[in-house]
Amino acid sequence: MIRIANGQGFWGDWLEAPVRLVEDGPVDYLILDYLAEITMSIVQKQKLENPALGYARDFPPLIARIARRIRERNIRVVANAGGVNPRACAREIRRLCPDLRVAVVEGDDIYPRLDEMLGRGVELRNMETGAPLDQVRDRVLSANAYIGAFPLAEALATGADVVVAGRCTDTGLALAPMIHRFGWTETQWDLLAAGTIAGHIVECGAQCTGGNCQVDWTSIPDFANIGYPIIEAEPDGSFAITKHPGTGGRINSHVVKEQLLYELGDPRAYITPDCVADFTSIRLSDDGPDRVRLTGIRGGPRPPMLKVSASYTDGWKAIGTLVYSWPDAVAKAQAADRIVRERLRRLGLAFDALHTEFLGAGACHGPAAVPAADPPEVQLRIGVRGQDRKAVERFTRELIPLVLNGPPTATGFGDGKPPVREIVAYWPALVPREEIVTRVEVVE
Amino acid sequence: MRIELGRIAHARSGDKGDMANVGVIVYDERHYPVIEREVTAERVKQHFGALVEGSVKRYELPNLGALNFLLEGSLGGGGTLSLRVDAQGKTFGAAVLRMEIDVAEEEL
Repeated sequence: MIRIANGQGFWGDWLEAPVRLVEDGPVDYLILDYLAEITMSIVQKQKLENPALGYARDFPPLIARIARRIRERNIRVVANAGGVNPRACAREIRRLCPDLRVAVVEGDDIYPRLDEMLGRGVELRNMETGAPLDQVRDRVLSANAYIGAFPLAEALATGADVVVAGRCTDTGLALAPMIHRFGWTETQWDLLAAGTIAGHIVECGAQCTGGNCQVDWTSIPDFANIGYPIIEAEPDGSFAITKHPGTGGRINSHVVKEQLLYELGDPRAYITPDCVADFTSIRLSDDGPDRVRLTGIRGGPRPPMLKVSASYTDGWKAIGTLVYSWPDAVAKAQAADRIVRERLRRLGLAFDALHTEFLGAGACHGPAAVPAADPPEVQLRIGVRGQDRKAVERFTRELIPLVLNGPPTATGFGDGKPPVREIVAYWPALVPREEIVTRVEVVE
Repeated sequence: MRIELGRIAHARSGDKGDMANVGVIVYDERHYPVIEREVTAERVKQHFGALVEGSVKRYELPNLGALNFLLEGSLGGGGTLSLRVDAQGKTFGAAVLRMEIDVAEEEL
Protein backbone atom coordinates (compact mmCIF):
# COMPACT_ATOMS: atom_id res chain seq x y z
CA MET A 1 0.00 0.00 0.00
CA ILE A 2 1.18 3.54 -0.74
CA ARG A 3 -0.16 6.81 0.63
CA ILE A 4 -0.60 9.64 -1.87
CA ALA A 5 -1.69 12.98 -0.42
CA ASN A 6 -2.90 16.04 -2.33
CA GLY A 7 -1.95 19.34 -0.72
CA GLN A 8 -3.19 21.84 -3.30
CA GLY A 9 -6.39 21.97 -5.36
CA PHE A 10 -5.39 25.04 -7.38
CA TRP A 11 -2.76 27.81 -7.30
CA GLY A 12 -4.02 29.92 -4.41
CA ASP A 13 -5.28 27.05 -2.25
CA TRP A 14 -4.46 26.94 1.48
CA LEU A 15 -0.69 27.41 1.95
CA GLU A 16 -0.65 25.38 5.19
CA ALA A 17 -2.26 22.28 3.67
CA PRO A 18 0.86 20.60 2.20
CA VAL A 19 2.84 21.38 5.34
CA ARG A 20 0.16 19.82 7.55
CA LEU A 21 0.08 16.74 5.32
CA VAL A 22 3.78 15.98 5.75
CA GLU A 23 3.85 16.95 9.46
CA ASP A 24 0.66 15.34 10.82
CA GLY A 25 1.03 11.71 9.75
CA PRO A 26 2.47 9.20 7.30
CA VAL A 27 2.58 10.05 3.59
CA ASP A 28 4.68 8.48 0.79
CA TYR A 29 3.90 10.89 -2.03
CA LEU A 30 2.80 14.51 -1.87
CA ILE A 31 1.07 15.75 -5.01
CA LEU A 32 0.19 19.38 -5.74
CA ASP A 33 -2.18 20.56 -8.43
CA TYR A 34 -1.46 24.19 -9.31
CA LEU A 35 -2.75 24.62 -12.82
CA ALA A 36 -6.21 25.68 -13.91
CA GLU A 37 -6.86 26.48 -17.57
CA ILE A 38 -6.55 30.21 -16.94
CA THR A 39 -3.30 29.76 -15.01
CA MET A 40 -1.33 28.86 -18.14
CA SER A 41 -1.95 32.27 -19.72
CA ILE A 42 -0.97 34.04 -16.49
CA VAL A 43 2.36 32.22 -16.24
CA GLN A 44 2.95 32.76 -19.97
CA LYS A 45 2.59 36.53 -19.46
CA GLN A 46 5.04 36.36 -16.56
CA LYS A 47 7.55 34.45 -18.69
CA LEU A 48 7.31 37.04 -21.48
CA GLU A 49 8.24 39.74 -18.97
CA ASN A 50 10.95 37.67 -17.31
CA PRO A 51 12.34 34.51 -18.97
CA ALA A 52 13.31 33.14 -15.53
CA LEU A 53 9.63 33.04 -14.48
CA GLY A 54 6.50 31.34 -15.84
CA TYR A 55 5.80 28.81 -13.08
CA ALA A 56 3.82 28.61 -9.81
CA ARG A 57 5.95 30.84 -7.60
CA ASP A 58 4.43 29.42 -4.40
CA PHE A 59 6.08 26.08 -5.06
CA PRO A 60 9.87 26.55 -4.51
CA PRO A 61 9.37 28.31 -1.13
CA LEU A 62 6.98 25.52 -0.10
CA ILE A 63 9.58 22.89 -0.95
CA ALA A 64 12.18 24.85 1.03
CA ARG A 65 9.78 24.88 3.97
CA ILE A 66 9.23 21.09 3.94
CA ALA A 67 12.62 20.00 2.55
CA ARG A 68 13.96 18.61 5.80
CA ARG A 69 10.79 16.69 6.53
CA ILE A 70 10.52 15.08 3.08
CA ARG A 71 14.18 14.02 3.19
CA GLU A 72 13.81 12.52 6.68
CA ARG A 73 10.68 10.61 5.74
CA ASN A 74 11.57 9.89 2.11
CA ILE A 75 8.43 11.64 0.88
CA ARG A 76 8.46 12.32 -2.84
CA VAL A 77 6.71 15.29 -4.41
CA VAL A 78 4.96 15.41 -7.79
CA ALA A 79 3.55 18.75 -8.95
CA ASN A 80 2.43 20.52 -12.12
CA ALA A 81 3.96 23.70 -10.70
CA GLY A 82 6.21 24.08 -13.75
CA GLY A 83 3.63 26.04 -15.74
CA VAL A 84 5.32 27.07 -19.00
CA ASN A 85 8.80 26.98 -17.50
CA PRO A 86 9.36 23.76 -15.48
CA ARG A 87 13.13 24.05 -15.88
CA ALA A 88 13.28 27.50 -14.27
CA CYS A 89 11.07 26.22 -11.46
CA ALA A 90 13.39 23.23 -10.92
CA ARG A 91 16.46 25.49 -10.89
CA GLU A 92 14.89 27.71 -8.25
CA ILE A 93 14.17 24.66 -6.08
CA ARG A 94 17.78 23.52 -6.52
CA ARG A 95 19.00 26.99 -5.56
CA LEU A 96 16.94 26.92 -2.36
CA CYS A 97 17.51 23.21 -1.62
CA PRO A 98 20.82 22.02 -3.15
CA ASP A 99 20.45 18.59 -1.50
CA LEU A 100 17.25 17.67 -3.31
CA ARG A 101 17.18 15.76 -6.56
CA VAL A 102 14.76 17.48 -8.95
CA ALA A 103 13.47 16.12 -12.26
CA VAL A 104 11.52 18.02 -14.92
CA VAL A 105 8.99 16.73 -17.42
CA GLU A 106 8.82 18.76 -20.63
CA GLY A 107 7.13 18.49 -24.00
CA ASP A 108 3.61 19.68 -23.16
CA ASP A 109 4.29 23.28 -24.24
CA ILE A 110 3.50 23.56 -27.96
CA TYR A 111 3.35 27.37 -28.03
CA PRO A 112 6.84 27.68 -29.60
CA ARG A 113 5.82 25.07 -32.23
CA LEU A 114 2.44 26.52 -33.20
CA ASP A 115 3.34 28.01 -36.58
CA GLU A 116 5.23 24.92 -37.60
CA MET A 117 2.29 22.69 -36.59
CA LEU A 118 -0.37 24.89 -38.22
CA GLY A 119 1.83 25.00 -41.36
CA ARG A 120 1.75 21.20 -41.53
CA GLY A 121 -2.05 21.19 -41.36
CA VAL A 122 -2.46 20.44 -37.65
CA GLU A 123 -5.41 22.82 -37.35
CA LEU A 124 -6.11 22.69 -33.60
CA ARG A 125 -9.81 23.33 -34.22
CA ASN A 126 -11.82 24.58 -31.27
CA MET A 127 -13.65 21.58 -29.80
CA GLU A 128 -16.74 23.69 -29.06
CA THR A 129 -17.02 25.91 -32.16
CA GLY A 130 -15.08 23.93 -34.79
CA ALA A 131 -13.08 27.03 -35.78
CA PRO A 132 -9.39 26.53 -36.72
CA LEU A 133 -6.81 28.14 -34.41
CA ASP A 134 -5.55 30.21 -37.36
CA GLN A 135 -8.51 32.55 -36.77
CA VAL A 136 -7.05 33.80 -33.49
CA ARG A 137 -3.37 32.93 -34.06
CA ASP A 138 -2.08 36.48 -33.51
CA ARG A 139 -3.86 36.66 -30.15
CA VAL A 140 -2.75 33.27 -28.74
CA LEU A 141 -0.95 33.54 -25.40
CA SER A 142 -0.28 29.90 -24.58
CA ALA A 143 -0.87 26.40 -25.94
CA ASN A 144 -0.21 23.20 -24.01
CA ALA A 145 -1.08 19.56 -24.53
CA TYR A 146 -2.31 17.65 -21.50
CA ILE A 147 0.18 14.90 -20.82
CA GLY A 148 -0.69 11.87 -18.73
CA ALA A 149 0.81 9.95 -15.84
CA PHE A 150 3.47 7.86 -17.63
CA PRO A 151 6.01 10.67 -18.19
CA LEU A 152 5.61 11.58 -14.50
CA ALA A 153 6.22 7.95 -13.49
CA GLU A 154 9.33 7.98 -15.71
CA ALA A 155 10.51 11.04 -13.77
CA LEU A 156 9.93 9.24 -10.46
CA ALA A 157 12.05 6.38 -11.79
CA THR A 158 15.07 8.74 -11.92
CA GLY A 159 14.99 8.75 -8.12
CA ALA A 160 14.01 12.40 -7.96
CA ASP A 161 12.76 13.81 -4.67
CA VAL A 162 10.71 16.39 -6.55
CA VAL A 163 9.11 16.00 -9.98
CA VAL A 164 8.17 19.27 -11.70
CA ALA A 165 5.81 19.06 -14.66
CA GLY A 166 3.98 21.61 -16.77
CA ARG A 167 0.53 20.95 -18.16
CA CYS A 168 -0.14 17.38 -17.08
CA THR A 169 -3.58 16.16 -16.10
CA ASP A 170 -4.64 16.66 -12.49
CA THR A 171 -5.48 12.95 -12.27
CA GLY A 172 -2.06 11.98 -13.65
CA LEU A 173 -0.37 13.44 -10.57
CA ALA A 174 -2.06 10.78 -8.41
CA LEU A 175 -1.80 7.95 -10.92
CA ALA A 176 1.95 8.38 -11.55
CA PRO A 177 3.14 7.10 -8.14
CA MET A 178 0.91 4.00 -8.55
CA ILE A 179 2.39 3.28 -11.98
CA HIS A 180 5.87 3.80 -10.58
CA ARG A 181 5.48 1.66 -7.45
CA PHE A 182 3.13 -1.08 -8.72
CA GLY A 183 4.63 -1.43 -12.20
CA TRP A 184 1.30 -0.90 -13.96
CA THR A 185 1.64 -0.93 -17.74
CA GLU A 186 0.13 1.18 -20.52
CA THR A 187 -2.68 -1.26 -21.39
CA GLN A 188 -3.89 -2.21 -17.91
CA TRP A 189 -6.98 -0.08 -18.43
CA ASP A 190 -8.87 -1.10 -15.28
CA LEU A 191 -5.91 -0.30 -13.03
CA LEU A 192 -5.21 2.98 -14.81
CA ALA A 193 -8.91 3.89 -14.53
CA ALA A 194 -8.83 3.16 -10.80
CA GLY A 195 -5.83 5.43 -10.27
CA THR A 196 -7.44 8.08 -12.46
CA ILE A 197 -10.66 8.06 -10.42
CA ALA A 198 -8.61 8.23 -7.20
CA GLY A 199 -6.94 11.30 -8.73
CA HIS A 200 -10.30 12.83 -9.67
CA ILE A 201 -11.50 12.49 -6.06
CA VAL A 202 -8.49 14.26 -4.54
CA GLU A 203 -7.68 16.77 -7.29
CA CYS A 204 -9.73 19.54 -5.64
CA GLY A 205 -8.06 19.09 -2.27
CA ALA A 206 -10.43 19.43 0.67
CA GLN A 207 -13.51 19.26 -1.55
CA CYS A 208 -13.49 15.50 -0.80
CA THR A 209 -12.85 15.89 2.94
CA GLY A 210 -15.84 18.06 3.87
CA GLY A 211 -15.12 21.33 2.05
CA ASN A 212 -18.01 22.74 -0.01
CA CYS A 213 -20.14 19.79 1.07
CA GLN A 214 -23.92 20.08 1.37
CA VAL A 215 -24.40 17.01 3.57
CA ASP A 216 -25.16 18.23 7.11
CA TRP A 217 -22.51 20.93 6.72
CA THR A 218 -23.13 22.58 10.11
CA SER A 219 -21.96 19.41 11.87
CA ILE A 220 -18.68 19.06 9.95
CA PRO A 221 -15.95 19.48 12.61
CA ASP A 222 -13.05 21.92 12.68
CA PHE A 223 -13.03 23.47 9.20
CA ALA A 224 -10.16 25.67 10.44
CA ASN A 225 -7.89 22.62 10.60
CA ILE A 226 -9.45 20.66 7.73
CA GLY A 227 -7.47 17.59 6.70
CA TYR A 228 -6.50 17.31 3.05
CA PRO A 229 -7.07 13.98 1.28
CA ILE A 230 -4.88 10.91 1.26
CA ILE A 231 -5.26 7.99 -1.17
CA GLU A 232 -4.26 4.62 0.26
CA ALA A 233 -3.64 2.77 -2.98
CA GLU A 234 -3.27 -1.00 -3.40
CA PRO A 235 -1.54 -2.78 -6.29
CA ASP A 236 -4.86 -4.39 -7.35
CA GLY A 237 -6.44 -0.98 -8.09
CA SER A 238 -8.61 -0.81 -5.00
CA PHE A 239 -8.05 2.21 -2.78
CA ALA A 240 -9.30 4.14 0.22
CA ILE A 241 -9.76 7.90 0.62
CA THR A 242 -8.85 9.13 4.10
CA LYS A 243 -7.10 11.95 6.01
CA HIS A 244 -4.78 12.26 8.97
CA PRO A 245 -6.31 11.52 12.41
CA GLY A 246 -6.97 14.63 14.48
CA THR A 247 -7.59 16.90 11.50
CA GLY A 248 -10.89 18.63 10.77
CA GLY A 249 -13.40 17.93 8.05
CA ARG A 250 -15.25 14.72 7.28
CA ILE A 251 -14.94 11.82 4.87
CA ASN A 252 -17.84 9.47 4.27
CA SER A 253 -19.44 7.90 1.23
CA HIS A 254 -21.72 10.90 0.61
CA VAL A 255 -18.88 13.40 0.77
CA VAL A 256 -16.87 11.32 -1.71
CA LYS A 257 -19.89 10.82 -4.00
CA GLU A 258 -20.34 14.61 -4.21
CA GLN A 259 -16.76 15.00 -5.37
CA LEU A 260 -17.05 12.08 -7.82
CA LEU A 261 -19.89 14.00 -9.51
CA TYR A 262 -17.97 17.30 -9.54
CA GLU A 263 -17.31 18.64 -13.05
CA LEU A 264 -18.28 15.26 -14.47
CA GLY A 265 -19.48 14.84 -18.06
CA ASP A 266 -20.47 11.43 -19.44
CA PRO A 267 -19.80 9.10 -16.48
CA ARG A 268 -19.00 6.15 -18.76
CA ALA A 269 -16.35 8.09 -20.68
CA TYR A 270 -14.06 10.11 -18.42
CA ILE A 271 -11.30 10.70 -20.95
CA THR A 272 -7.66 11.17 -19.96
CA PRO A 273 -4.38 10.63 -21.85
CA ASP A 274 -3.95 7.38 -19.89
CA CYS A 275 -7.33 5.64 -20.22
CA VAL A 276 -11.08 6.17 -20.41
CA ALA A 277 -12.52 5.61 -16.92
CA ASP A 278 -16.06 4.34 -16.27
CA PHE A 279 -17.65 5.98 -13.21
CA THR A 280 -20.63 3.61 -13.42
CA SER A 281 -18.33 0.73 -12.42
CA ILE A 282 -17.36 2.23 -9.05
CA ARG A 283 -18.29 0.28 -5.91
CA LEU A 284 -17.98 2.50 -2.88
CA SER A 285 -18.50 1.88 0.85
CA ASP A 286 -17.79 3.43 4.21
CA ASP A 287 -14.78 1.73 5.78
CA GLY A 288 -14.51 3.18 9.27
CA PRO A 289 -14.33 6.76 10.53
CA ASP A 290 -13.25 9.27 7.84
CA ARG A 291 -12.49 6.47 5.43
CA VAL A 292 -14.19 5.36 2.21
CA ARG A 293 -13.16 2.38 0.12
CA LEU A 294 -13.51 2.08 -3.67
CA THR A 295 -13.29 -1.14 -5.70
CA GLY A 296 -14.43 -2.69 -8.97
CA ILE A 297 -13.37 0.19 -11.23
CA ARG A 298 -13.25 -0.53 -14.95
CA GLY A 299 -11.67 1.39 -17.78
CA GLY A 300 -11.07 1.31 -21.53
CA PRO A 301 -8.26 2.15 -23.97
CA ARG A 302 -6.71 5.59 -24.00
CA PRO A 303 -7.75 7.90 -26.88
CA PRO A 304 -5.58 8.47 -29.98
CA MET A 305 -5.76 12.25 -29.48
CA LEU A 306 -4.54 14.44 -26.64
CA LYS A 307 -6.39 17.51 -25.45
CA VAL A 308 -4.78 20.90 -25.98
CA SER A 309 -5.54 23.89 -23.82
CA ALA A 310 -4.75 27.17 -25.58
CA SER A 311 -5.51 30.68 -24.39
CA TYR A 312 -5.98 33.88 -26.38
CA THR A 313 -7.00 37.46 -25.72
CA ASP A 314 -10.63 38.16 -26.51
CA GLY A 315 -11.54 41.77 -25.71
CA TRP A 316 -12.19 43.62 -22.47
CA LYS A 317 -14.58 43.50 -19.59
CA ALA A 318 -15.56 45.42 -16.49
CA ILE A 319 -18.03 44.69 -13.71
CA GLY A 320 -19.33 47.44 -11.43
CA THR A 321 -21.52 47.33 -8.35
CA LEU A 322 -23.64 49.61 -6.17
CA VAL A 323 -25.67 48.77 -3.07
CA TYR A 324 -29.24 50.02 -2.49
CA SER A 325 -30.84 49.77 0.96
CA TRP A 326 -34.41 49.19 2.15
CA PRO A 327 -37.05 50.27 1.38
CA ASP A 328 -37.72 49.20 -2.22
CA ALA A 329 -34.10 48.15 -2.66
CA VAL A 330 -34.89 45.90 -5.65
CA ALA A 331 -36.99 48.57 -7.39
CA LYS A 332 -34.24 51.17 -6.86
CA ALA A 333 -31.56 48.86 -8.26
CA GLN A 334 -33.77 48.02 -11.24
CA ALA A 335 -34.34 51.73 -11.89
CA ALA A 336 -30.59 52.39 -11.68
CA ASP A 337 -29.95 49.60 -14.19
CA ARG A 338 -32.43 51.18 -16.62
CA ILE A 339 -30.70 54.56 -16.21
CA VAL A 340 -27.25 53.13 -16.93
CA ARG A 341 -28.53 51.35 -20.02
CA GLU A 342 -30.25 54.51 -21.27
CA ARG A 343 -27.10 56.58 -20.76
CA LEU A 344 -24.97 54.00 -22.58
CA ARG A 345 -27.51 53.97 -25.43
CA ARG A 346 -27.38 57.76 -25.74
CA LEU A 347 -23.58 57.58 -25.87
CA GLY A 348 -23.93 55.13 -28.76
CA LEU A 349 -21.92 52.47 -26.96
CA ALA A 350 -22.47 48.84 -27.88
CA PHE A 351 -21.05 45.73 -26.24
CA ASP A 352 -20.83 42.03 -27.03
CA ALA A 353 -22.57 41.43 -23.70
CA LEU A 354 -24.23 43.63 -21.07
CA HIS A 355 -25.43 41.69 -18.06
CA THR A 356 -27.21 42.87 -14.90
CA GLU A 357 -27.74 40.95 -11.67
CA PHE A 358 -29.37 41.89 -8.36
CA LEU A 359 -27.42 40.23 -5.54
CA GLY A 360 -29.72 39.43 -2.67
CA ALA A 361 -32.68 39.08 -5.01
CA GLY A 362 -31.97 35.85 -6.90
CA ALA A 363 -28.70 36.43 -8.80
CA CYS A 364 -27.31 32.94 -8.14
CA HIS A 365 -30.40 30.80 -8.67
CA GLY A 366 -32.42 32.85 -11.15
CA PRO A 367 -35.94 31.51 -11.63
CA ALA A 368 -35.21 28.70 -9.14
CA ALA A 369 -34.94 31.25 -6.30
CA VAL A 370 -37.76 32.46 -4.05
CA PRO A 371 -36.93 36.16 -3.53
CA ALA A 372 -37.55 37.88 -0.21
CA ALA A 373 -40.44 40.39 -0.16
CA ASP A 374 -38.48 43.60 0.59
CA PRO A 375 -34.85 42.74 1.44
CA PRO A 376 -32.76 45.04 3.70
CA GLU A 377 -30.43 45.73 0.77
CA VAL A 378 -29.49 44.44 -2.67
CA GLN A 379 -26.35 44.86 -4.72
CA LEU A 380 -26.70 46.02 -8.30
CA ARG A 381 -24.04 44.33 -10.40
CA ILE A 382 -23.62 45.36 -14.05
CA GLY A 383 -21.00 43.82 -16.33
CA VAL A 384 -20.04 44.56 -19.93
CA ARG A 385 -17.66 42.95 -22.34
CA GLY A 386 -16.57 43.91 -25.83
CA GLN A 387 -13.65 44.30 -28.22
CA ASP A 388 -13.49 48.11 -27.85
CA ARG A 389 -11.49 48.97 -24.76
CA LYS A 390 -12.56 52.62 -24.84
CA ALA A 391 -16.24 51.68 -24.69
CA VAL A 392 -15.62 49.45 -21.70
CA GLU A 393 -13.60 52.26 -20.03
CA ARG A 394 -16.52 54.66 -20.60
CA PHE A 395 -18.95 52.23 -19.02
CA THR A 396 -16.89 52.20 -15.81
CA ARG A 397 -17.67 55.94 -15.39
CA GLU A 398 -21.44 55.41 -15.45
CA LEU A 399 -22.08 53.81 -12.04
CA ILE A 400 -20.73 56.17 -9.37
CA PRO A 401 -22.62 59.28 -10.61
CA LEU A 402 -25.82 57.43 -9.70
CA VAL A 403 -24.99 57.91 -6.04
CA LEU A 404 -25.87 61.59 -6.49
CA ASN A 405 -28.02 61.67 -9.61
CA GLY A 406 -30.16 58.52 -9.39
CA PRO A 407 -32.53 56.70 -7.05
CA PRO A 408 -31.96 57.22 -3.27
CA THR A 409 -29.81 55.26 -0.77
CA ALA A 410 -27.03 54.15 -3.15
CA THR A 411 -23.83 53.20 -1.34
CA GLY A 412 -21.05 50.63 -1.42
CA PHE A 413 -19.15 52.23 -4.31
CA GLY A 414 -15.93 51.23 -2.56
CA ASP A 415 -12.82 52.00 -4.54
CA GLY A 416 -14.47 54.11 -7.18
CA LYS A 417 -14.80 53.01 -10.79
CA PRO A 418 -14.30 49.31 -11.47
CA PRO A 419 -11.12 48.10 -13.21
CA VAL A 420 -11.09 47.19 -16.91
CA ARG A 421 -9.60 43.74 -17.48
CA GLU A 422 -8.40 42.07 -20.64
CA ILE A 423 -10.24 38.82 -21.26
CA VAL A 424 -8.07 35.76 -21.73
CA ALA A 425 -10.32 33.14 -23.27
CA TYR A 426 -9.86 29.39 -23.41
CA TRP A 427 -9.44 27.41 -26.64
CA PRO A 428 -9.83 23.63 -26.22
CA ALA A 429 -8.53 21.50 -29.11
CA LEU A 430 -7.23 18.04 -29.93
CA VAL A 431 -3.84 16.98 -31.25
CA PRO A 432 -2.67 13.54 -32.44
CA ARG A 433 -0.82 11.81 -29.62
CA GLU A 434 2.31 11.28 -31.75
CA GLU A 435 2.78 15.06 -32.06
CA ILE A 436 3.65 15.26 -28.37
CA VAL A 437 7.02 13.89 -27.30
CA THR A 438 7.83 14.26 -23.61
CA ARG A 439 11.31 14.47 -22.10
CA VAL A 440 12.43 13.75 -18.55
CA GLU A 441 15.62 15.22 -17.15
CA VAL A 442 17.23 15.50 -13.74
CA VAL A 443 18.22 19.14 -13.33
CA GLU A 444 21.73 19.82 -12.03
CA MET B 1 -47.38 13.91 -1.78
CA ARG B 2 -45.04 16.73 -2.88
CA ILE B 3 -41.64 17.16 -1.27
CA GLU B 4 -38.56 19.22 -1.97
CA LEU B 5 -35.82 17.18 -3.64
CA GLY B 6 -33.45 18.28 -0.86
CA ARG B 7 -35.34 16.09 1.61
CA ILE B 8 -34.00 12.90 -0.02
CA ALA B 9 -30.94 14.09 -1.97
CA HIS B 10 -27.87 16.30 -1.90
CA ALA B 11 -25.97 17.76 -4.84
CA ARG B 12 -22.78 19.38 -6.11
CA SER B 13 -22.27 21.51 -9.20
CA GLY B 14 -19.39 22.84 -11.24
CA ASP B 15 -18.48 24.11 -14.69
CA LYS B 16 -17.29 22.70 -17.97
CA GLY B 17 -16.86 25.72 -20.25
CA ASP B 18 -20.27 27.32 -20.77
CA MET B 19 -21.94 24.19 -19.39
CA ALA B 20 -22.73 23.62 -15.73
CA ASN B 21 -22.83 20.10 -14.35
CA VAL B 22 -25.16 19.28 -11.49
CA GLY B 23 -24.77 15.95 -9.70
CA VAL B 24 -27.77 14.85 -7.60
CA ILE B 25 -27.21 12.07 -5.05
CA VAL B 26 -29.79 10.31 -2.85
CA TYR B 27 -29.03 9.91 0.85
CA ASP B 28 -30.69 6.49 0.91
CA GLU B 29 -30.30 4.25 -2.14
CA ARG B 30 -33.94 3.15 -1.78
CA HIS B 31 -34.83 6.59 -3.15
CA TYR B 32 -32.85 6.27 -6.37
CA PRO B 33 -35.90 5.06 -8.37
CA VAL B 34 -37.78 8.14 -7.17
CA ILE B 35 -35.23 10.64 -8.49
CA GLU B 36 -34.78 8.56 -11.65
CA ARG B 37 -38.52 8.91 -12.28
CA GLU B 38 -39.05 12.48 -11.06
CA VAL B 39 -35.87 14.43 -11.79
CA THR B 40 -35.90 14.26 -15.56
CA ALA B 41 -33.81 16.46 -17.88
CA GLU B 42 -37.05 18.29 -18.81
CA ARG B 43 -37.88 19.05 -15.16
CA VAL B 44 -34.38 20.38 -14.52
CA LYS B 45 -34.55 22.58 -17.63
CA GLN B 46 -37.92 23.93 -16.44
CA HIS B 47 -36.62 24.48 -12.89
CA PHE B 48 -33.72 26.67 -13.99
CA GLY B 49 -35.80 28.47 -16.63
CA ALA B 50 -34.03 31.30 -18.44
CA LEU B 51 -30.75 30.51 -16.66
CA VAL B 52 -30.22 27.63 -19.12
CA GLU B 53 -30.09 28.77 -22.75
CA GLY B 54 -29.36 25.35 -24.25
CA SER B 55 -30.61 21.86 -23.55
CA VAL B 56 -30.22 19.69 -20.45
CA LYS B 57 -28.76 16.20 -20.72
CA ARG B 58 -29.03 13.54 -18.01
CA TYR B 59 -26.72 10.62 -17.20
CA GLU B 60 -27.52 7.88 -14.68
CA LEU B 61 -25.12 6.42 -12.10
CA PRO B 62 -27.28 3.86 -10.24
CA ASN B 63 -24.15 2.46 -8.58
CA LEU B 64 -23.79 5.77 -6.69
CA GLY B 65 -27.51 6.50 -6.39
CA ALA B 66 -26.82 9.55 -8.50
CA LEU B 67 -27.84 11.47 -11.60
CA ASN B 68 -25.57 13.84 -13.50
CA PHE B 69 -27.05 16.75 -15.44
CA LEU B 70 -25.26 18.86 -18.03
CA LEU B 71 -26.83 22.30 -18.49
CA GLU B 72 -25.71 23.72 -21.83
CA GLY B 73 -25.30 27.47 -22.22
CA SER B 74 -25.98 28.17 -18.56
CA LEU B 75 -22.93 30.21 -17.53
CA GLY B 76 -23.09 33.36 -19.66
CA GLY B 77 -20.27 32.23 -21.95
CA GLY B 78 -18.37 30.37 -19.26
CA GLY B 79 -14.89 30.81 -17.82
CA THR B 80 -13.40 34.28 -18.16
CA LEU B 81 -16.08 35.46 -20.65
CA SER B 82 -18.90 35.20 -18.13
CA LEU B 83 -20.21 38.35 -16.43
CA ARG B 84 -22.21 36.38 -13.87
CA VAL B 85 -21.48 36.40 -10.16
CA ASP B 86 -21.75 32.59 -10.22
CA ALA B 87 -19.70 32.17 -13.39
CA GLN B 88 -18.85 28.56 -12.51
CA GLY B 89 -22.35 27.44 -11.51
CA LYS B 90 -21.08 26.65 -8.03
CA THR B 91 -24.49 27.31 -6.46
CA PHE B 92 -26.64 25.35 -8.95
CA GLY B 93 -26.28 22.27 -6.74
CA ALA B 94 -28.16 24.09 -4.01
CA ALA B 95 -30.78 25.50 -6.40
CA VAL B 96 -31.72 22.08 -7.79
CA LEU B 97 -32.63 20.80 -4.31
CA ARG B 98 -35.58 23.23 -4.21
CA MET B 99 -37.32 21.33 -6.98
CA GLU B 100 -40.65 19.87 -5.89
CA ILE B 101 -41.17 16.21 -6.71
CA ASP B 102 -44.11 13.81 -6.37
CA VAL B 103 -43.57 10.81 -4.19
CA ALA B 104 -45.87 8.18 -2.70
CA GLU B 105 -45.76 8.00 1.10
CA GLU B 106 -44.63 4.37 1.03
CA GLU B 107 -41.65 5.33 -1.12
CA LEU B 108 -40.18 7.50 1.63
